[in-house]
Amino acid sequence: MKRLLYYIVVSLMLCETVLSCREDELVVPTEYDLLPGGPDTECDPIGMYLLNEGNMGSNKASIDYVDFRNGYYIRNLYAERNPTVIKELGDVGNDIQIYGSRLYAVINCSHKVEVMDARTLRRIGQIDIPNCRYIKFSRNCAYVTSYVGPVQMDPDAQAGAVFQVDTATLQITGKCTVGYQPDELEIMGEYIYVANSGGYRAPNYDRTISVVERYGMKQVQKIPVGINLHRIRADKYGKLWVTSRGDYNGIHSKLFVLERESKWSNNMVVTDTLKIPCTEMCIYGDSLYFYSTEWSNALERNTITYGIVDVRTKELVSTSFITDGTEADIEIPYGININPANGDIYVTDAKNYVSSGQLHCYSHDGKRKWSVRTGDIPAHMTFLYK
Amino acid sequence: MTKIVLRLRDYGQCGDMVKAVSIVVPVVRLGGLEIFPQSKKCCDPGCVAEKRIRDNFFIDRNAAYMIRYQLLSKYFVLGLSLVAALTAYGKEPGDSTARSLGEVVVTAQSYKDVIPAQTLKGAELDALRSHNVADALRFFSGIQLKDYGGVGGIKTVNIRSMGTNHMGVYYNGIELGNAQNGQVDLGKYSLENIEAVSLYNGQKSDIFQSAREFGSAGSIYLTTRFPTFKEGQTSRLRVGLRAGSFDLFDASVTFDYKLSRNVSFSFNGEWLTSSGKYKFRYRRVTPSGELAYDTTAVRQNGDIDAVRFEAGVHGFLPKGRWKAFVYHYNSERGVPGAIVNNVWRRGERLWDRNTFAQGMFEYDVSRVWSLKVNTKYAYDYTRYVNNDDKLIHVDNIYKQKEVYLSWANRFSILPNWEWSAAYDFQWNGLSEYTSVHRTTHWLSTATAFSLGDCFKMQASALATVVNEERRDRDEAPDKFKFTPGVFMSLKPLRRPNLVLRAFFKQSYRMPTFNDLYYTDMGNAYLKPESATQYNVGVLYDISRNAGLFRFFSIGVDAYYNEVKDKIVAYPKGQQFRWTMLNLGRVRIRGIDANAHLTFRLPGEVDLTGKLQYTYQEAIDVTNPADNYYRHQIPYIPWNSFSVIAMGGWRGWTFNYSFIYTGYRYNQQENIRYNYTQPWYTSDISLMKSFRVGRVEMRATAEVNNLFAQDYDVILNYPMPKRNYRFGLTIEI
Repeated sequence: MKRLLYYIVVSLMLCETVLSCREDELVVPTEYDLLPGGPDTECDPIGMYLLNEGNMGSNKASIDYVDFRNGYYIRNLYAERNPTVIKELGDVGNDIQIYGSRLYAVINCSHKVEVMDARTLRRIGQIDIPNCRYIKFSRNCAYVTSYVGPVQMDPDAQAGAVFQVDTATLQITGKCTVGYQPDELEIMGEYIYVANSGGYRAPNYDRTISVVERYGMKQVQKIPVGINLHRIRADKYGKLWVTSRGDYNGIHSKLFVLERESKWSNNMVVTDTLKIPCTEMCIYGDSLYFYSTEWSNALERNTITYGIVDVRTKELVSTSFITDGTEADIEIPYGININPANGDIYVTDAKNYVSSGQLHCYSHDGKRKWSVRTGDIPAHMTFLYK
Repeated sequence: MTKIVLRLRDYGQCGDMVKAVSIVVPVVRLGGLEIFPQSKKCCDPGCVAEKRIRDNFFIDRNAAYMIRYQLLSKYFVLGLSLVAALTAYGKEPGDSTARSLGEVVVTAQSYKDVIPAQTLKGAELDALRSHNVADALRFFSGIQLKDYGGVGGIKTVNIRSMGTNHMGVYYNGIELGNAQNGQVDLGKYSLENIEAVSLYNGQKSDIFQSAREFGSAGSIYLTTRFPTFKEGQTSRLRVGLRAGSFDLFDASVTFDYKLSRNVSFSFNGEWLTSSGKYKFRYRRVTPSGELAYDTTAVRQNGDIDAVRFEAGVHGFLPKGRWKAFVYHYNSERGVPGAIVNNVWRRGERLWDRNTFAQGMFEYDVSRVWSLKVNTKYAYDYTRYVNNDDKLIHVDNIYKQKEVYLSWANRFSILPNWEWSAAYDFQWNGLSEYTSVHRTTHWLSTATAFSLGDCFKMQASALATVVNEERRDRDEAPDKFKFTPGVFMSLKPLRRPNLVLRAFFKQSYRMPTFNDLYYTDMGNAYLKPESATQYNVGVLYDISRNAGLFRFFSIGVDAYYNEVKDKIVAYPKGQQFRWTMLNLGRVRIRGIDANAHLTFRLPGEVDLTGKLQYTYQEAIDVTNPADNYYRHQIPYIPWNSFSVIAMGGWRGWTFNYSFIYTGYRYNQQENIRYNYTQPWYTSDISLMKSFRVGRVEMRATAEVNNLFAQDYDVILNYPMPKRNYRFGLTIEI
C-alpha cells in the first residue's frame, strides 16, 4: 500500500515536469529580424508596411514593417502597439494604404477599415463597412468597395457598393450601389472606376466596370470589359489597366487596357485585350510588372509566369523580372510592389496559405537581395515616406 | 459471502463466447453479492467461467446475446445448473431470502479479446449521462477531440492523430456514414440511451463482423440499451428530466415492453433545447504584466432544438437472434462561428434530419456455420443558411441517401480455429446541391486461432472496390484498395495476469464527395488516403476477492503510424481557391497508457480510480522544403491525460473527472504565433438512487468546468465557463 502511494507520488512528480500549466495569455509579441545591407539614413521611402491576410476564421491578419532606415524586418507590430484592442487586428486583411499621416487597413472578415497613425501604428479609429475589399483616396475622402450593398428583393443577387468616408471624421458620408462583388477601384479625376467580379455568382460572373461620379456618388455608366474582373490601375498616361481572373477553367486570365474614346470624351472604352494572364501588377515608370498563377488541372500544379509590359506600347517586353533563377523558391506569388526610389522589387509568397509566408526583395536588375519570413498570407504593401 | 455456481456447456459454434463468460445473475440490485468460480480450469469447455462481478457489472452485448439464447434454446441442459445454483444460493447460511434468477447477463473475461476495447459503461457512464458521446470519448486514451463549444457545437474525434475520417463510428453495429464530408458530428448523439461506448484501436477483436468493420483505423461502437426485465415484469418505463446552464432543458422517455418470452420492444425519445448562450472571456496581458484587455461576452447563435426517437424490436430464435431498429433525429441549430475582431455574432443556421432504419439477423445454420445479415437505409437532410447581412446569402440543401447490406459468415472449423468471410454492399447518393452517387463493395476474410488460454491470433484481409458515378465532367476513376491486418496476443503465464499484444493494420479512407466534386475545389482524381499502424502493448491486472484492495490493472501501448497520400487542401494560387491533393504524409509515434484501481473500504464504500495518458508525436514529413517540415500537425497535443475518481456508498455516487490537454499548435507551423495553451477542466457530479414505493428514482447534480477555466479547444471557438446541470430519472 505504502509502496503504491510512493509510486503514485513519484509518477505525479514526473507528470509535473512533462506537463505544463496554463499561463496568462500574452499579447501577440513582435519579432525583429535584421536585414542584410544595414542602415540607410538617407532613404525615402523610409519603410514599407506589409499586411498579412491570415486565413479566414483565424483572426490572424497582421501588419509587418520593413524598416529601410535601420535595416529591420518587424513582424506583427499591430498587437504590440495596440495591446488594448480586443482580438487584435482582425480576420482577413484585404488592403493597406497610406493617406496623409494615416494608415488604413481594410479588414475584410472583420467588416472594418482600421485607421492608424502611419508612423506609430497607433490606432486612431475604425470605420465599419460590411465585407469591405479595397480602398482608394481622393480629396480628403476614402472610397471603399464592399461586396454587400443594400439588401434587395432577391437575396441571391446582392449588388456591391462603394462607400465614401470622410477621412477627418471617419464617418461614412455616401454610398453608391455598383455591380456584383466589386474588387479594386481606381480614381481618375471626378470618376471612380470599380472592377466588378461577380465571383459569388459563378458561372454568371459580372463583366463590367462601374463608373461612379465622385461628387454625387452616383453610378453613371457600366463599361463591359470581361468576366470576373479584379485589379484596376491607372498609369500616368490616363489609361486604365484591368485584369480579369477568367473562370479558372476554359477562359484564361487576361489584361485589358481602357482609354478615352477620344480626346474630348470622358468615356473610357476597352482599346486592347492582351492575352497575358495577370494576377497582380505594379506600374513603375513606363513598365507594368506582373505575375500570374493559374491552376492546371492536368498537371495538378500552378503555372506561374512573371513579366513586364511596356505601358506605352502595350507589349510584353520581358517574360521575367527575376533574373537569378530564384523565382523557383516562390510557391505562390501573392503580392508585388516596387520601391519608387530605387526600383527594388518586392514579391510575397503565400505558400500554402496556412503557414508563414515570405517576402523577397529583388534589386531592379532582378537579383535577390534578401528574403524574410512574414505572417500568414503576406499580400498587400504600401510605402511610408519621410 | 454467498457463492453461486453456474455451469455452462460449450456448444462449439459459440466457441470462445461461452467459454470465456462468467455470469452475473441478476439484473436486480445485488447488494454486495459476488460470484466465484468453482473450477480452476476455466478455459476448458464445460467448465465454469471465472470472474468476480460486483453490482456494477458491465455487459458485453454479444456475449450476452449468446448466452441468453443458449439459455433459451438449450434450457434443459442448463436447467440442472440453474437449479443447482439456486439451491446453493438459498442454502447459504446468513442469507435469508433465496432470490430467483431473472435473466442471465454475461460479462466477458479479461482475456477474451486479442486487443481489448476501452469501454465506458455502467456507473461510469451513468455519471456522464447528461453529456453527449463526444464528451465521453474524452476519457479514452489516444483520442483527440475537436470541440467547437456549447451544446450545439460540432464535435469530432480523431484517433491516434490519423484524422477524423479514419475513425469508424458504429451505432448498434452499423457504421454511421457521411459520404459528403466523411465526418460524423458526435455531439449529435446523446448518451441518454447508450449502454456502452467502446473504442477499438485497429478493429474489433471479433472476426464475425461485417466486411466494412475491418476498414477503419479505429472504431467506436455505440450500443443502445437493451431492454431487461425483472422476473414477472413485462414493461418498464423510465422518464428523465434535465435542466441546467445555457437554458438547457432535456426530457427523455424510455419504454420497454416484453412482447413474448423471446421478443421485446424498446422505445426511446428525447427532446433537447438550449439557447446555447454562455459567457466567455478573452484576456490578454502585456509581457510586463499589465492588463491589455479583458472582455467577457455572451456566445450568440448557439441555440439548438433537437428531437430524437429510437425504437427497436429484439428477438431470439432457437438458434439465433434478430433486431430491427429505427432512428430519427431532427434539429435546428445556430452555428456560433469563430469569434474574431469586430465579429461577435454570426448568422449561420443549420437544419439536420437524420433518419435510418436498420435490421440485423444472426443465425447458427449448423454447428460449424453461423451467418449474420445487417442492412440499413439512411436518409439525411441538411439545410445550411447564412443569414448574415454582411456576407453573401447562402441557402443550400444537401440530401444524402445510403443503402447498405452486409452478409457475414463464420465457420468454426476447430474449437480453437475459426474462419470468416463477409461481403458488404453500399450505395451512397448526394443530391440537390451537387448530384452524385457511388457504390462500394467490401469483401473480407478473417481467421482467428487460439492456443489454450495463452495465445490468440487474428488475421484479416479486406478488399474495397469503389465504383464512382460516370459523369460527363470530372469523371472520377474507380478505386481498389487491399488492406490486411494481423492481431495477436500472448499470455505467457497463468498467473500473474499478464497479456502481451501486438498488431499491424493497414486501413484507408476514401475521398468524400466534397473532396472529389465540390465546386471548383474537388479533385476527381484523388486516390484513397492510407494509414498503416504498428502497435505493441502489455496489459497487467490483479484482482482480489477480499480485502481493501480489489482490482488493479495497467495497460501500455506503443505505436507507430504512418499516413500516406493524405488528402489536403492545396491553394490554387488565386484568392482562397483550393483544390484537394494526395499530398500529405504524417508520421505518428505515440504511447497510450491506462490504469484502473478499485478499493473496497469498510462500511460499503467503493472507490474506483481510472487514469489514461497519451503521448503523441505526429509530424508532417511531406516535403523537407516546407517550413513546417517535421513539425507537429495542428491540434495534436504532445501530452494529454484524464483521471476519473468515483466513490460509491449506499446509493450515493460521487464522481470527479479531470481532463488535461497539453499545449499544441493551431496551424502546421510550430511557431509562437500558432501556440495554443494547455487546457484542463474538472467536472464533479453527485448522484443518489432511491426508491419511493415501487418507483426507482435517481437524482443528479453536476458542475462542469468547476474552476471556470476560459479556454479554446479550437482557436477562436471559446468554451463555456463553469456550468451546472441537474437531472432526475424516474423508473417504473
